[in-house]
Amino acid sequence: MNTLEKLEILADAAKYDASCASSGGARKDSTSGKGVGSTGGAGICHSYAPDGRCISLLKVLLTNVCLYDCHYCINRRSSNVQRARFTPEEVVELTLSFYKRNYIEGLFLSSGIVRSADYTMELVIRVAKLLREKHHFRGYIHLKTIPEASPELIAEAGKYADRLSINVELPKQESLKKLAPEKNVHRTREAMSTINARITETIADRKELRKRKSKAKKPTFATGQSTQMIVGADGSYDSDFLARAGDLYGNFKLRRVYYSAFSPIPEPSVILPLKSPPLVREHRLYQADWLMRFYHYGVDELTSAESPNLDLDIDPKLSWALRNRHTFPIDINRSPLEMLYRIPGLGVRNAKRIVRLRRHHAITLEDLIKLRVNLKKTMPFMICTNHHPARLELSSSELRAKFAPPPTQLEMDFTAQPVTTTVEKNMVKQAGVEALHGEF
Amino acid sequence: MKTISIEPHFQAWRNAARALLAEQCHPSDVLWSAKNDEGDGLLFADELPALPKDAPRLKVPKTFVRLAETVAAHRSGKQWALLYQILWEMSCGNDRRILSNQTDSRLRTLERMRATVSRDIHKMRAFVRFREVKTEQSDKENFVAWFEPDHLIVRINTPFFRKRFAGMNWSILTPDECVHWDGSRITYTDGVEKSVAPDSDELEELWLGYYRSIFNPARLKIKMMQTEMPKKYWKNLPEAEIIEELITGSGEQVQAMMHEQERPLKPVPRNAYLAKLNEMDAIDEPDTESD
Repeated sequence: MNTLEKLEILADAAKYDASCASSGGARKDSTSGKGVGSTGGAGICHSYAPDGRCISLLKVLLTNVCLYDCHYCINRRSSNVQRARFTPEEVVELTLSFYKRNYIEGLFLSSGIVRSADYTMELVIRVAKLLREKHHFRGYIHLKTIPEASPELIAEAGKYADRLSINVELPKQESLKKLAPEKNVHRTREAMSTINARITETIADRKELRKRKSKAKKPTFATGQSTQMIVGADGSYDSDFLARAGDLYGNFKLRRVYYSAFSPIPEPSVILPLKSPPLVREHRLYQADWLMRFYHYGVDELTSAESPNLDLDIDPKLSWALRNRHTFPIDINRSPLEMLYRIPGLGVRNAKRIVRLRRHHAITLEDLIKLRVNLKKTMPFMICTNHHPARLELSSSELRAKFAPPPTQLEMDFTAQPVTTTVEKNMVKQAGVEALHGEF
Repeated sequence: MKTISIEPHFQAWRNAARALLAEQCHPSDVLWSAKNDEGDGLLFADELPALPKDAPRLKVPKTFVRLAETVAAHRSGKQWALLYQILWEMSCGNDRRILSNQTDSRLRTLERMRATVSRDIHKMRAFVRFREVKTEQSDKENFVAWFEPDHLIVRINTPFFRKRFAGMNWSILTPDECVHWDGSRITYTDGVEKSVAPDSDELEELWLGYYRSIFNPARLKIKMMQTEMPKKYWKNLPEAEIIEELITGSGEQVQAMMHEQERPLKPVPRNAYLAKLNEMDAIDEPDTESD
């Protein structure tokens, strides 16, 4: 099998992992003249595929041979997919060739589990070690970590990588038991805890060395970890996903939790019938995740026992506002910043601008227009100098009808031509305008 | 009324602005033009007043300098007058805190220019594609890229490419100017035409293979792709030539998947590690955290 054939199989095998971040690595570059590469600034998306996902890293598996039988995964042992295997040297060569042509920011390497967790982890580490030590590669390296690998190996992986990740895959152990019998939430959390401890420890050590102005070589370790959950493969509620995300952000300081809509694969399992991917649901989860991280919303504010799933028709912030009409309208000239965060249509950046601006003068609608605030969405919920909505002028259900798209099918339907539905279109528009820039 | 003609970069504007300010020249009395503009500005330009030796050092906030450095790259040339107006307000006018006034229309225009230039800078870092050029003399690899920036950003981006690709020789050719790195020194030459740049690289077959395989046909989102990678860039991206083909084929691919027979389970292989996992499952505590 030649390199192209292997690459096609092993990239295809890796594409269901949504993680693409290449930002937040420790600052390093190749000024010394040895090798190539730089990291430390914002990540760069070097290309985009027609699925709208960015291509930032060479995302491949070392091998798609796997002992595990995870039913959502194309590489599970019961799948008849064609198997291939890269040597560590082949991955190194590909990474460097792609990097030198400015196709990528670095490498995201994962692997099927062969022989044992430790054996697989060693192979993965070997690639990173060759890149860093033999070729002085200063680009971004993201390594998938196996929770059952020995702590020494995880420590070594972290030494070469900018980011480590372990996918929890599903929010609850009972779901894993059905769909990914070899995986275990408890062990994954343990490993995440170990990684988090190493990250914190390394930061402290480096700080100490800097303080003492020591010339000693500073220890290196990945600067962050992330994870992924598959949405729509089983009956888990959005509240389960968000609770798990809250757990991981809170306890192990994860940089990102990715949500990946369960997508049809060419090798369906008898345990898990295929369906079209719930893209709108995935999008709402990202929005809710964003609200938790940057707008200080609690999991219990976004979902409840009665409605454990997010509203598909309107975004979770608007949804919260409609359920909590008594909080509104909020006076943007007087209310604290945290309250401004709650106004639908007003993002973090504009909320902060308003707080700065109102020291100069009282905010008017004209100011908001200049700041390009989405007035249609904002006006029913706020008071400013020349605007005061009559309290409860419109009922929540009337407002809802105003913002929600007309009822159409919510998910892509493969029996139809690939025309995008209204929801789909709104979603893409919003994803561009809102989710990516954190303004909604 | 003075007509000031400057080279289109930050330093030239800064020198001119300092001299004008020393003469208390009001913004409404100055007409700015850039030297690369064809004709007029050059012919009728006034002599720039000499900067007096005892001219006071101008103190402006760092944020203004950064804004000016970035918008200086804007191709329109409209930034120079606006920058001078803001500088005037801060030093001689009566609104010294103008920078914190986010609703000032001139500042908003400048901010929008900055956003446009910054985006262009970022997209150049993303979409430059190097092609290898084999030479017999050098033991180092040589790479050449062709890029068409919207604004005059080549010099702003040079440090980025120098730090990233220090270990190889490279050139980036553009219609405005070209930048070259030979492992120890950066040099600039005049802009060239696209035909000068290499038109292929054997690695591109692998890159296209990767692009094809990493695409998931079950989640087509063409608009999303085009928001981030507008069509104007496609002509210089090797992978763009297969976009149409991928989109057209996606529906069929997904149909085929949906009609695929479900695969039965294969027996658990005999493997010591899997056996160990089984044991671990038995002793692992129940997942109490998920409650």
